Amino acid sequence: MTSVVPSAVFEPADAGLAVLTAALALGFLRLVRGPSLPDRVVALDLITVIAAAILAVETLATRRAVFLDAAIVLALISFLGTVAFARYLERRGRDE
Amino acid sequence: MSDWLEGALLIVGAVFLLAASIGVTRMPDLFTRMQCATKASTLGIGCILLSVALSMEDLGLAIRAILTIFFFLLTAPVAAHMIARAAYFVGVPLWEKTLVDELRGHYDPQTHRLAGGGDAESTAGGGKRVPGP
Repeated sequence: MTSVVPSAVFEPADAGLAVLTAALALGFLRLVRGPSLPDRVVALDLITVIAAAILAVETLATRRAVFLDAAIVLALISFLGTVAFARYLERRGRDE
Repeated sequence: MSDWLEGALLIVGAVFLLAASIGVTRMPDLFTRMQCATKASTLGIGCILLSVALSMEDLGLAIRAILTIFFFLLTAPVAAHMIARAAYFVGVPLWEKTLVDELRGHYDPQTHRLAGGGDAESTAGGGKRVPGP
C-alpha cells in the first residue's frame, strides 16, 4: 500500500500560513480603521512583522534561502520606517 | 523528533502573531494596542525564526536566522518607545478608564524635556516620593 493521500498529512507550514493570513487581515482592519495616525503606524509595523514571518514560513516550505534574505531585509526596512514615522509625528506635533 | 519541535514552534509563533493582531484590533486605545503588537509579535516571529533555524541543514543560514531574532529583540522595543513617545506628544487620547497617567504634568509640551521626579515643584501632579532607608 503505497498510495498516500498527500492532503491528509498535516503540514505545519500550511497551517501556519493560514493562521498568519488571518493575522494579516486583522492587521489591515486596524490599518484602515485606526482613528489616529499613530494607530496606523502601529498597525503597519505589525503588518511588516507578519509579512516577515510569512517569508520565514515560505523558507521552511520551499527550502529556498532567498526568502530568508527577504525576511531580513523586510525587518530592517520595518524598523527604519517606524523610526522615521515616529520622528515625523513628533516634529509635526511641534510645528503645529 | 526534530520535525515535531520545528512544527510546534512554527504553529506557536503563528498563534502568537495572531494574538498580537487580535489585540491590535480589539484593544481600546493606542497604548494598550501597542503593548499587544510589540511583545506578542516579537515572541511570535522569534519562535518562527527559531523553527527555521532548527530546520536548516546549512549552518550559515541557521546563524542568519538566529541573528534576525536578535535584530528583532533589539529593534522592537526601540521602535515601540519612539512611537509611544511621539503619540503622547501629539496628544493621542488615553482610554477613558485609564487610572494612572504618571507622565501627566512631567513633560514640557514645548521643549519635550522630561522633568525629573526629584524636583518638589515639578511633581505637583501627584508623584509620591518614597523616603530612602
